[in-house]
Amino acid sequence: MATRSEILAKASALRALFEARGAMVVDPPILQPAETLLDLYGEDIRARAYVTSDALRGEQMLRPDYTVPVVQMHMTHGAKPARYTYAGEVFRRQEKDPTRANEYIQVGYEVFDDADPAAADAEVFASISQGLSGLPVAAVTGDIGILMAAVKGLDTSVPRKSALMRHIWRPRRFRALLDRYSGKTPVPAARSALLAGDGKIDAPLIGLRSAAEIQSRIQALREDAACGPLGAGQVELIQALLDIRETMHNAISQLRDIAVDLPAISDAVDRLALREKALTERGVDTENLMFEASFGRVSMEYYDGFVFGFRADARPDWPMIASGGRYDALTKRLGEGGEIPAVGGVMRPGLMLELEGANDH
Amino acid sequence: MTIKLGVPSKGRLMEKTFDWFGARGVSLQRTGSEREYAGTVDGIDGVSLILLSAGEIPRELASGRIHLGVTGTDLIQEKLARWDQLVAPVEELAFGQADLIIAVPQAWVDVDTLGDLDAAAAAFRAHHGFRLRIATKYHRLVRDYLRVAGVADYALIDSQGATEGTVKNETAEAIADITSSGETLRANHLKILSDGLILKSQATLWRSRTAELDDKQRETLTSLLERLT
Repeated sequence: MATRSEILAKASALRALFEARGAMVVDPPILQPAETLLDLYGEDIRARAYVTSDALRGEQMLRPDYTVPVVQMHMTHGAKPARYTYAGEVFRRQEKDPTRANEYIQVGYEVFDDADPAAADAEVFASISQGLSGLPVAAVTGDIGILMAAVKGLDTSVPRKSALMRHIWRPRRFRALLDRYSGKTPVPAARSALLAGDGKIDAPLIGLRSAAEIQSRIQALREDAACGPLGAGQVELIQALLDIRETMHNAISQLRDIAVDLPAISDAVDRLALREKALTERGVDTENLMFEASFGRVSMEYYDGFVFGFRADARPDWPMIASGGRYDALTKRLGEGGEIPAVGGVMRPGLMLELEGANDH
Repeated sequence: MTIKLGVPSKGRLMEKTFDWFGARGVSLQRTGSEREYAGTVDGIDGVSLILLSAGEIPRELASGRIHLGVTGTDLIQEKLARWDQLVAPVEELAFGQADLIIAVPQAWVDVDTLGDLDAAAAAFRAHHGFRLRIATKYHRLVRDYLRVAGVADYALIDSQGATEGTVKNETAEAIADITSSGETLRANHLKILSDGLILKSQATLWRSRTAELDDKQRETLTSLLERLT
């Protein structure tokens, strides 16, 4: 086991690597207002982050990551374009697996640059990859943007598409919705009974949700019932897309095949091809770089484009040694009107030192 | 050293527990005044009675300060992470039955399943500007259940009592609470979602997996458990 001071020394060295690329060092506070994080991630964040409180400021969280404070800082007074780096503790509540650290050092690199997104993606990936050089790790990449484009392009109603879009990051509910829309799961009896009836509310109306809200959902359900089933072919296309696990180069050609029947993903696939080119120019071996279309779907829901992670070859049970991705939508949510394309990644120097140690023996 | 048996310190749960042990030849009794939390065990040597709040029994079992304890499955699973490694069920006592459920107003004729709840939550948040609030004291169990089911756009509001009233008082839109007959729910114009059963609970005798035992205590525990099971 590496000592804390060894890990901090490693973290400084990694941060220096990003500074050398022109990144500015930032050091946001450990205590973050809980409201912003709760608003972004919902109730799930309480299971993953430590919440504390006082009578004056109310609920605060021990930062579960740096992304949100760095984005906020950049949106309030950052110049454009900008590159940031940081190193410090993050805190993750652990209630299931005692072997997972609840406090560890994280080093990150974030790029806010709208000039050339493919180049920025490649820059972040290559910089982190360089920081990991010599370690027995393997990279996986993905692209949430392709799945989002596929959903937008489905031949079905707008409400169905928004429901699927809302659950891109919850694969189980996403699947259940697809099965419902395609008619694979039958309409539940209670729903049929409701739609066959007059929708009258036969109980006292209590609480904030009004009769108008209830009626408007019944109306939406009626419209949905009138809308034909999502074609089996469309579901197969989504499934074929999600099943892609290939080298980036082969994945692109499989995606091109799918795009023949689902042209809505063409632009997103073009962006992936541009990214592949940019990665190659940075010296990344894309012939052997893995691409998994469903990668990044179960992480916290702010990645909406390129995603990547590095796993230790011999330790599949470990968390990622490094990971990151593009989060344009997050800057829009936090930007109060403003938005800027952003991509970044984080590394775990503690795990890196453990891997180096295991390598020496 | 004695075997320490933790039992709820008041109410029906205490009485029923005393009856259950009594029927098996182990007589538990409170001593001293009504207000004093002390008790005795007759019918077996080497066992001492510890009267505790039912909510504290999980923690005491987990830390090994008591060897046996009576409390509900709901409290064990809510309060102890990885509870199955800390305590083991010895016997279900067939009382204190209660289901942890999710309930919404009966007037929500459009909401019958968790899928409906999720859709209603999305629309509610868009309309009201905040997440649909679910009042509960079982935060971990409810959050885990809703996460696995893929329900989003809700927030848990802490409610330590009279939870069924929170909807009418407009401090929550739905609730997650324990119910035995469902009468309180009906009286408050609430209905259970068809897939809203989170956990079936009942009073259960638990053994601590962490409490240390010397030879004498091991012997006492064995003969006590033979008597009870």
